[in-house]
This record gives sequence, structure tokens and C-alpha cells, in this order.
Amino acid sequence: MSLLEVDHLEVRYRRLGRVKAALRREEATFPAVADVSFALEAGRTLGLVGESGSGKSTVAKSLIGLQPASGSIRYGGREIGSASQSEWQRLRREISMMWQDPVGSLSPRLSIASLVTEPLKIQGHKRSSDDADRLLSMVGLSTDLGSRYPHQLSGGQARRVGVARALALDPKLLIADEPTAGLDMSVQGEILNLLNEIQSRTGVAILVITHNLNLVRHVTDEVAVMYLGRFVEQGLTDAIFRHPRHPYTEALLSANPSPNPDERHGRTELSGEMPSPFWRPAGCEFHGRCPHARPDCADIVPGWTGEGERGYACRYPL
Amino acid sequence: MSQAQATVSLPEPTVISRILRGLAGNRTGTIGFVLVVLILAAAIFAPWISQYDPAAIMTGPRMAPPSSDHWLGTDNLGRDLFSRVLAGGRVAMLVAGASLGAALSLGLVLGLVAGLGPRWLDNLLLLLFDALRSFPTIVFGLAVVTLVGPSLFTVILVVAITSVPIYARIIRTQAQSLRNAEFVMAERAMGAGLPRILFVHVLPNVLGPLLILASMDVPLVIATEAGLSFLGMGVRPPTSSWGVILNDGYNFIRNSPWPVIAGSVPIVLVTLGFTFLGEALRDIFDPRLQKAN
Repeated sequence: MSLLEVDHLEVRYRRLGRVKAALRREEATFPAVADVSFALEAGRTLGLVGESGSGKSTVAKSLIGLQPASGSIRYGGREIGSASQSEWQRLRREISMMWQDPVGSLSPRLSIASLVTEPLKIQGHKRSSDDADRLLSMVGLSTDLGSRYPHQLSGGQARRVGVARALALDPKLLIADEPTAGLDMSVQGEILNLLNEIQSRTGVAILVITHNLNLVRHVTDEVAVMYLGRFVEQGLTDAIFRHPRHPYTEALLSANPSPNPDERHGRTELSGEMPSPFWRPAGCEFHGRCPHARPDCADIVPGWTGEGERGYACRYPL
Repeated sequence: MSQAQATVSLPEPTVISRILRGLAGNRTGTIGFVLVVLILAAAIFAPWISQYDPAAIMTGPRMAPPSSDHWLGTDNLGRDLFSRVLAGGRVAMLVAGASLGAALSLGLVLGLVAGLGPRWLDNLLLLLFDALRSFPTIVFGLAVVTLVGPSLFTVILVVAITSVPIYARIIRTQAQSLRNAEFVMAERAMGAGLPRILFVHVLPNVLGPLLILASMDVPLVIATEAGLSFLGMGVRPPTSSWGVILNDGYNFIRNSPWPVIAGSVPIVLVTLGFTFLGEALRDIFDPRLQKAN
């Protein structure tokens, strides 16, 4: 049994008021995330990649109960979609989240010391006076920072505070939304090493949401590629980086700059923007931008093709 | 990341020392602060400062120019203008304090309800706020005075009612933007309840700008009070008020300019003082205007 099992998750956003939708005979809601299924084992890391607006963060919010969703989310074998308030209160001890904006996710009027110990306070844990120092040193921050305020920290320091807050309660599942956004390369490396080190020590399962493919390559065991709220390819990170089967994955990988300037590669360039999820294209939703599209891609919805440990949604895989 | 930077960190200055330091570095702020302190002190200690009863009609000189006996002269009934100005200051501060206090607390509650509550309630409250704001303050005041009768309490009521929508709207907007702020989402994800989110995370971020706004509104309130009193719709004689002094003096302006001067100069000083102070406070607390030190 996996720690986290997600089955046919669907999140719908409201587009029109009920009355307007009834008058125009249109659907009032549209799926921002559709048919997402994955499993995550303890101690493993799954990466969720895709362009902005592909529904990655929405998946994260539904996992921590801030976004109503249909489908099934099982955590430790128990369905959490229908969990009661008090069950959620307990679950929030075990599932924690690192937010996208390192400074913006810290309440601006609280000192760093009260921010890092806040999870303990909220969950009614026994606290001692050195909790703040302990948590700050765990993430490699000087304990002097405890008396400072969020706006006085650098992005990297604020990110470490976010890590300390997320790990304060020894969670079993950590959701990291863009853990490297806004950080320069060396600080990105430090944060990734920190996450890796903590995972090997505590065995926490990590779900990383990002569009940073270098991050995915270095920290994840498995990766799922999202397009327009759906998974288009999923599998072990190594296999997918070595040989992407879905044209969208290939395009993403080839858009990732290589550190070797002499390397010549054929870039697969995508034209156009991601379509709006209100008006999903017919057939394969990627056909309009796909460099390998064939005429029938516009008509036939590709099913999910499983191939051992990986799978993809394309009828003409690479 | 630089550990060196962390080790030389200065202790975080407290809010009060930050305000004082900011005011000292700002000339108009210093002027405003001194004026406000003087005005408040004069209002509080009025009975001990003035040597005459502000309402006592005396047999001495009438409409006398300033002298050592009567520092601002006397009015048409021989009352000491300096004592009357001090007493009027008390009324002005009382009206400002009571009405803005009431408007702030009511505006805070209504604004939070509108900003965080269900959509229909938000719409209903907005309709109410807009309806109230659509009356010019003085006209609305005259209407209320006609209904309830002129008194100090009526003035406070009028100012409070017309100010509530302003504060409520600001709080509502702030609450709405904070509701979706990432740090509030983060608190919810950690399991923080509504009271904690409201009192620890939302209110402190809303209150600062609001208090600054209130300090800049003090002159407006005092002008409204003076205006209503000038029209004879405010405080009742023999109670003194700057508006009453102005009204009395206005009828005799050909005989002596001193009552009009005595009634108007304090209004100017209060306006300048609170506006300067409010602007300086706004500059101190607006992080975008803060210089890196």
C-alpha cells in the first residue's frame, strides 16, 4: 500500500454563475484538473511538471484539503476527500506544504522564531524555549535570525524558514510547490541538498511541483508531466529523461538549457499558447501545438498507454 | 546565503522607537507630532490652564483685543476667548475621539464580515455603504439633527455613521486580498482556525494603515463638528465649540476680528498637525517608501 494514492482526481472551477449557465445552457464549471492518478511511496519523491496553468498547484491544494475535488485521495489507505474537520486537523500534522512564494507565505508581522514554531503551537504540541533555535539550526540558519521579520530575510533564508515550518511536525508527506522559484543557482542547490538530506534521514515522501527540469532530474524518483490539467506522461525519471515518448515531454526537455555550450541538439519548439481549459480542443488536447501531429489526432482522444513502469497519452509516441 | 549578514544583525527596533525615529527624521512629521501633542495637552488640561469659566458672561470689556488679562481678547458677551478656545478644543477632541473610535470599530467588524463572509452579504453591505456615502456629510448631518435634535451626541452620531462606510470598505478590500494571500493559505494548511487567522494574521496587517487613515481624518471630523456648530446644529450654547465661537464672532466681524481669529486658527492648526502626523506615519509604515539602512 502506498502512502498516498490518488485516483481520477478532478477539480472543477466555476466559470459562470448558476443562473447564467442555465440561461445559456452551458456548463457552469470546467475541469482545471482532470483524471489525475498517481501513487507515492514513503521515502520517494515524485515530480509534477508542466507549464504555468497546467494545474500543478491545484493538485497540491486539493491534496491538503484547501480545494474541493472529486475522485479519490487515499492517504495511508484512508480516504481523505471525505475526512471530517477533526480528522483533517490530525492529517495536517502529517501532510505539510512548502509554498511557492518564500517571503509571501510567511505572515509579515510575526518574528521568524514565532513563524517556525507556529506549527507546534497550532497543533498543540508541547513546546520548549529552544524549539525555534532547534528548527532554525536544522535548516542551517543562524539562530540570531529568530528575532527578525520576513521582509528582512533574503529569498534563500526565507525559503529555509519555509522548510523549517514544513518539517516542524515531522510530516510523512511534504508537498513542495516550486521549492526553487526565485532563488539563484547556488541557493537552489543548497535547498535541494537540504531536502535530499532530510528525506534520507526521516523518510518523508516528497511531491515536488515545478517547471524546473534540472530540479526534477536531480531530486525525483518519478515524474509526471501535466498538460491542461491532465497527465500526458508518467514514469521513472531516468527513463523519461532518457527517452520521452510524448511529444510534449520531449518539447519540455529540449527547452531546458544544457550546461554544455558545445552540445548541439535539435530543439523541438512549440508554437502557440496552452489552450484555455474552458474550451478544451477535441481529440488529443495537444494536437494544435504538437510538431508530430497527424490528421486524426484532432478527432481521436488518445487513451493511456501503459508500458511497464511508465505510461503516456499519445497515439503516435516517439 | 550570507551567514556574515546574520551575525551582525541589529536588534529589531520596537514599533514605538521606530515611529519616534521616523518622526525625528521628517521635518513636517516633527511639526505635526509637536502640534498634536500640544493640542491634546491643551484639551486635556483646559480647566487648569484657563483662568476664566468659558461660559461665564462677564461685565468686563466686550470684544476686547488680546491683553494680559484676556490672552485672545473677549467676545460680544465679554467671555474670555482663550478659555472658550480651550473648551472648544475639548469638544473637538471628544467628537473626534468618540466618533472615529466608533466608526473604526464598527467599520472593522462590518468590513471583515463583508470581506470574508458570503457573497450575498458582501453585496448587501456594499449597497448599504454606498447608500450612506451618497449623502453629503453636512446635508446628512442636518437631516439627522432635524430628526434627533442638536446636541454633542448628535454630532458624534453623524460623524460616526458617515465614516463607517469609508473604513468598512477599506477593511473589506484588505480582508479580501489577505484571504487569498499565500501566508493565509499556509496557515490554513497547517490547521489554524478562523480566530487565529483573523486575530494573529489578518488584523495586524489591516489595523496599521487604518489608524493612519483615522489620524488623517481627525481634521475632517473637527471641521464637520465646527461646520454643524457654526450652522447652529451642533453643540448647544453655552457650551463652547470652535464652530460656535466662529458663528458668534462672524456676526460682529466689523466690530472686532478677534473672535473669528480665535475660532479659526485652532482649526487650521489641528488640520495641519494631524495631516502632517498622518502623512509622516504613512511614510514610516509604507515599506515601499522605506530607505534601506
